[in-house]
Amino acid sequence: MTAVPVPPGISLTGDPRRHRRERRIRRAFLAAACSSIAVSIAIVLSLTGEALSFLRSIDLSSLWSSGWFPRRGQFDLRTLFVGSLIVTGVAMLIAAPLGLGAAVFLSEYASARVRRVVKPMLEILAGIPSIVVAYFAISWISPEVVRRIRPEAPLFTLMAAGLGVGILVTPLVASVTEDALRAVPASLREASYGLGARRVQTSIRVIFPAAVSGIVASLILAASRAIGETMVVALAAGGSGNSVFTTDPFRPGQTVTAAMISIAQGTDQVAGGGGGAANAAYQSLFFLGLLLFLVTMGLNYIGDRFVRRVRERY
Amino acid sequence: MEATPRIGRRRTDWWGVLFLAAIVFCLVACFAFLLTLLGDVIRTGAPVFRERAGDFLTGNLATRPEQAGVAQAIRGSLLLAAVVVVIAFPLGVATAVYLEEYAADTRLTRIITLNIRNLAGVPSVVYGLLGLAVFVQALGTDLAGGGLTGGRSLLAGGLTLAILVLPIVIITASEAIRAVPANLREAGYGLGATRSEVVRTLVLPSAAPGVLTGTVLSLARALGETAPLILTGAVLTTYMSSRPVGLVEQMRGDYTALPVVIYTWARQAKPAFKTELASAAILVLLAITVLCNLGAVLLRNRYERRRSG
Repeated sequence: MTAVPVPPGISLTGDPRRHRRERRIRRAFLAAACSSIAVSIAIVLSLTGEALSFLRSIDLSSLWSSGWFPRRGQFDLRTLFVGSLIVTGVAMLIAAPLGLGAAVFLSEYASARVRRVVKPMLEILAGIPSIVVAYFAISWISPEVVRRIRPEAPLFTLMAAGLGVGILVTPLVASVTEDALRAVPASLREASYGLGARRVQTSIRVIFPAAVSGIVASLILAASRAIGETMVVALAAGGSGNSVFTTDPFRPGQTVTAAMISIAQGTDQVAGGGGGAANAAYQSLFFLGLLLFLVTMGLNYIGDRFVRRVRERY
Repeated sequence: MEATPRIGRRRTDWWGVLFLAAIVFCLVACFAFLLTLLGDVIRTGAPVFRERAGDFLTGNLATRPEQAGVAQAIRGSLLLAAVVVVIAFPLGVATAVYLEEYAADTRLTRIITLNIRNLAGVPSVVYGLLGLAVFVQALGTDLAGGGLTGGRSLLAGGLTLAILVLPIVIITASEAIRAVPANLREAGYGLGATRSEVVRTLVLPSAAPGVLTGTVLSLARALGETAPLILTGAVLTTYMSSRPVGLVEQMRGDYTALPVVIYTWARQAKPAFKTELASAAILVLLAITVLCNLGAVLLRNRYERRRSG
C-alpha cells in the first residue's frame, strides 16, 4: 500500500485554533492531576515544619517520661504507642477472624443471589460513621461486653475502644479478602474437586494458600486503618488530655490519635500562639501527626505491594 | 465379594459442617453488631422524636437538653457537603480524566497514581492537621480582615473534607472511566473528534453513573467525618449563637455539624445529652449517610446489570 500524496494547498493538520484549544484543555486536566501531589506536599510541609520546631523547643528526655501530660511538658511517646498497639491488637483480634470467615463464606459458599444481597449490606456496614460506633462503644460494648469479662472495669477502657475499632474495620478485611479469594482462578478449585477434595479442604488447603498475599494485605490495611482511627478511641478510651503509662487494656488510656483530638479541643491551643507549655502542646499535635502519617503510609505501602502481587500472579 | 466400589454413599463431613457453621457465624456476627447498634440507638433515641415531634429537627443548639435541637448541625453538614461537592467533584473527575484518557505511562503519571493511592490511606486526623495548618492558619489569619477562609470557619472545614475525599472521588471516577468500552472512543476518533470532544460527548456521559456513585459514596464519608472538623475548629460547646446571616458570612463564620454535635453531646455530664439526645442525633446522621450509601449501591448495581446484560 502506498501513501496517497496530499494534494498541494490542502493541510491535514487541522484547524490551529482547535489544536490550541486541545492543548489548553489538556493542560487544565494535567493541573488538576497535579493538585493531588500538591496536597501531599502540603501535608508533609505543614507536618514537618511544626514537628521540627516542637523537637527543637522541648527537652528530648520528656519524650520518655512517666506519662502523656502535654500541658506539663511531659510527652511520653511510649504511653501513646502502647495505647495504639493495644487498641489495634484488640481490633484485629475481632476483625481478622470475623472478616476472613465472612469473606470465605461469600467467596466459596454463598450463591450468587446471597452474595448480591449480603455484599451491599457489608458495604453499608463499612459506611457507618466512626462517631456512631464510638457512641456504641460506650453505650453498649462497655457495659455489656467489657464489664462482663471484667466486672470492675471503668466505663472508658482501651478494651471498649479496641472492640469498637474492630467492628469498624471488619468490613474492610472482609471485602479485600473476598476480592483476593475470588481472584484465585476457578481451575484451581476444579482441580481440587477433581481430586476428590471436599469444599472445606479446597477452601483451607488450596484457595487460602493461593490467596495468602491478598489476605495479608487486607490485614495490614485494616491494621493501618485501626491505628489511624480517631473518634472511637477519643470517645471510648477515656482520653482526657492526660494519661499515665498503662499496659492494661481494661483501664482508660490514650492513643496517638486520641491525644491529638484532646489537644485540639483545648480551644486556647488550636488557635496557636500562646507561649511556653501551651505552644509546645500545640506543636506536639503536628509531631504526632507526622509519626502517624509515616506509620500508616509505611503499612499502606507494604499492603499495596501484597495486593499487587496477587494481581501479578493471576 | 464386595469388589464393586460403593458409589453415592455420602458420609456426613463433620469438619465441613463445623467450618461452614463457623464462617456463617462470622458473617452473622458482623450483622448482629449492626442490628444491636441500631436497636440500641433506636431504643434510646426514638422517644426524643416521639415526645418532641419535629421540634428536635428544627431547634437550635441549647444548653438545656429539652430545648436542644440539631437544626444548626444539619445546616452545617449540608453546607459542608456543598463545599465538598463543589471542590472535590470537578477536581477529582478532571484528575481521573487526565489519568485515564490523556496521560502516557510516564514517571509523572506513575508518581501521581501512587500518590493518590497513598493519600486514600492517610488517616482523617492527618487531613485535619493539614486543614488546621493551611486553611485555618495560613489562609485564615495572615491576610487582612480574617483572611480568605476566616480562620476556624465552615469554609476551612469544608475545604479540609473536600481534600480528604478527593482520592476516593479520583479512584472511583477512574474505575468508571476505565470501564467505558474502547470501541466507543475509537468510533469518536474515527469521526474526527478531538480528544476533549471524545471525553465530553462520549466517555463522560457513558461513565456518569459510576462517577456519580463514587461522588455520593465520598459524600457519605465526608458527612460522617468528625476528627478533621474538630481539628479545624468546629464549635464544641452545647450552645452556638445563630444569627440570620448571608451565605458568605455563614461560610466564614462559626459552624457545627452532625457528627461534631454527637461527639459533644456524648461527652456531656447530663444524662439527657449523653443518651437520648446523642442517640437521636445519631439517628439523623445514620438516616442521611445510610441513604447516601444505599442510593450509591443501588445506582451501581443497576448500572452494572445494564452493562453486563
